[in-house]
Amino acid sequence: MTQSHNDRSQDFGQALPGIIKRSLFTVAIAAIIFVPTLLLRTQASQATNTLFILYRWEFFAIGCAFILLWRVIYEIRAWQNAHGPRKVSARPQAQENRFAPYVGPVLLIAAILMPFMPFTDRYILDIGILIITYVMLGWGLQIVVGLAGLLDLGYVAFYAVGAYSYALLAEHFGFGFWICLPLAGVFAATWGVILGFPVLRLRGDYLAIVTLAFGEIIRVVLLNWRDFTGGSNGLSNIPRPSFFGIPFSQGPDGFAATFGLEFSSLQRMGFLYFLILALALLTFYISSRLRKLPMGRAWEALREDEIACRSLGLNTINTKLSAFAIGAMFGGFAGSFFAAKQAFISPESFNFMESATILAIVVLGGMSSQLGVVFSSIAMVGGIEALRQLQFLKAIFGNDFDPSSLRLLFFGLAMVIVMLWRPRGFVSSRVPTVFFREKKSVGSSMISQGRG
Amino acid sequence: MDYLAQQLINGLTLGSIYGLIAIGYTMVYGIIGMINFAHGDVFMVGSFVSLICILLFGITGSTDIMIGIGILMIVAVIAMAISGVYGWTIERLAYRPLRGSFRLAPLITAIGVSIFLQNFVQETQGARVKPLQALFAGGFTLHEGTEFTVRITYMQILIVVLTIVLMTGFSLLISKTSLGRAQRACEQDLKMTQLLGIDVDRTISMTFVIGAMLAAVAGLMYLLYYGVIDFFIGFSAGVKAFTAAVLGGIGSLPGAMIGGVLIGLIEVLFAAYFSSEYKDVAAFSMLIIVLIFLPQGLLGRPEIEKV
Repeated sequence: MTQSHNDRSQDFGQALPGIIKRSLFTVAIAAIIFVPTLLLRTQASQATNTLFILYRWEFFAIGCAFILLWRVIYEIRAWQNAHGPRKVSARPQAQENRFAPYVGPVLLIAAILMPFMPFTDRYILDIGILIITYVMLGWGLQIVVGLAGLLDLGYVAFYAVGAYSYALLAEHFGFGFWICLPLAGVFAATWGVILGFPVLRLRGDYLAIVTLAFGEIIRVVLLNWRDFTGGSNGLSNIPRPSFFGIPFSQGPDGFAATFGLEFSSLQRMGFLYFLILALALLTFYISSRLRKLPMGRAWEALREDEIACRSLGLNTINTKLSAFAIGAMFGGFAGSFFAAKQAFISPESFNFMESATILAIVVLGGMSSQLGVVFSSIAMVGGIEALRQLQFLKAIFGNDFDPSSLRLLFFGLAMVIVMLWRPRGFVSSRVPTVFFREKKSVGSSMISQGRG
Repeated sequence: MDYLAQQLINGLTLGSIYGLIAIGYTMVYGIIGMINFAHGDVFMVGSFVSLICILLFGITGSTDIMIGIGILMIVAVIAMAISGVYGWTIERLAYRPLRGSFRLAPLITAIGVSIFLQNFVQETQGARVKPLQALFAGGFTLHEGTEFTVRITYMQILIVVLTIVLMTGFSLLISKTSLGRAQRACEQDLKMTQLLGIDVDRTISMTFVIGAMLAAVAGLMYLLYYGVIDFFIGFSAGVKAFTAAVLGGIGSLPGAMIGGVLIGLIEVLFAAYFSSEYKDVAAFSMLIIVLIFLPQGLLGRPEIEKV
């Protein structure tokens, strides 16, 4: 016992110089990275509006200390793994979770009951609507990215098409929400085809950049075509949806009077909540049915190996185009809901960061897991709200510090870390939609090397 | 005519900046076949480092031009060094562990790194735009027209000359040194190069470092040319430089430079003759048009898909 203990400490003694060397190297690199960011801040002086340099040694020291700590912990863990008892890491069969089949229904029941709970107020309903909107967008984008394997960085363009088509149709033709909703989907899908048809021959990463460029083109056009879209002022006074013709107003024709209820502005919020829930469930239903159709199977096959698909006689262009158009259509639905809920839209709501957010939800949730999208939407919106609550940080960083502005910082970091740690996302075991005799779910360790 | 000549000069200057950024895209794509989405943000970091150095050294518009240029060279070297470290770190942390993973994985981490860098700089440097007063404001008058005077500023000369010098040095590096030879070998066949005993990891790291260094110089030029930067400049400059790389033929180094100049000219001419609000639309549409009609670019080789 003492013998082996001595061996271990001797081993550690031998490993120590290497650990110190590597840790110091990491800190040196980190220090160089932090010099132009944490240490030296360019600040405009109040009086002359010329820039001067602000030294912030305390931030710099904290940053470097943090990196040093991380590296030392990493080194010690690595050393322990190398010298400790060997762990079996290969996991060919994913662990079947006994509760897994119940998670979805329980979440659904919770979502339906939520507005009737006594603690529910405007704030909670608002967050609920936001989460479900992201879930819906996530499911829509998942058809494109997760199923067909086409990286779309301009998904928000279709969301914008949906929102502006509702706003403009309502303004110019007086159409109601229920007519505009399918039209918004049709317009968005049409744009999906218009964009998709020429560019879907491209390889995956080219496609990503082209969709990104397309998203930016739509945004710049919305921003500058002032007569039509209102430019940066956006469009306001968009009519709110009615309960199948009955408006949510205080008068005798209103929703409350018709059903003999007391008027409350929460009724409209509740209706919007169930509206987006229904839209999201529609998306879920359609996309999970589509997976089982030949088209859905073709998408998944295309994601795995395009050349094999082509040699088996699959029309890859049409397959990609259908995924693109259907994904865009759901984006359009969500967009017209967004316009109806906000009653105001402007190009600022449809920038690249929104696309990146939706993509992050899909990626972090595990590409092709529908439940994963729900979890990552809850985590993301909940995380932003949690950051907003961190008001005590103002005491540390000064009053003009807004904790919720850090959300994108954490986002970027989370995208990198999740990709490195589990390249297939949180819910990473991939259960085939169509199977032969028995369902075999494949662990992430087996598929992470696939050429998806 | 005079107006056109002036726009051509401006377009050439802007194109030099895009060309230098495009080199980074094209080299990385040539060797490991991925789009380094965070490259535009490395350019942005280079621009901020340059701004900080210029403020630290205290160069102003009244500094003597020769001393000023000398100091600017030092600024460029510092910006290159620090941005090189950024490029190296990004490759080491976000791309290398995913080599051999599924194809979209490094692209997604690249987007993550890009979002992170933008917001990191926004948090640490503030969201407001950073103005810098013009250095060496003078220039030569080339032609005194009746309506329009064609001028070339010292700054434009500096940018074009510096670009030519860097491009010459870079071409020599690729064609003459052992590192350049290793890079060309990696571009042809990564696995074979490894079998022949070349340190492929080191070569790829150096590719990222060189790309980041050229982007840093482009960042300095952008700062000097426009006189104002913010944390978001990397996004549109990055997409335009990528367009330049595609237009010139991705993987081709002279192509990147030609593509850069063409994109610069297209942007400037579109802004001059049609609408400056839609100039980004022109550049981005160019990307889509080129990819549809000329996917291999001007000087690129057609891509062969291997099983």
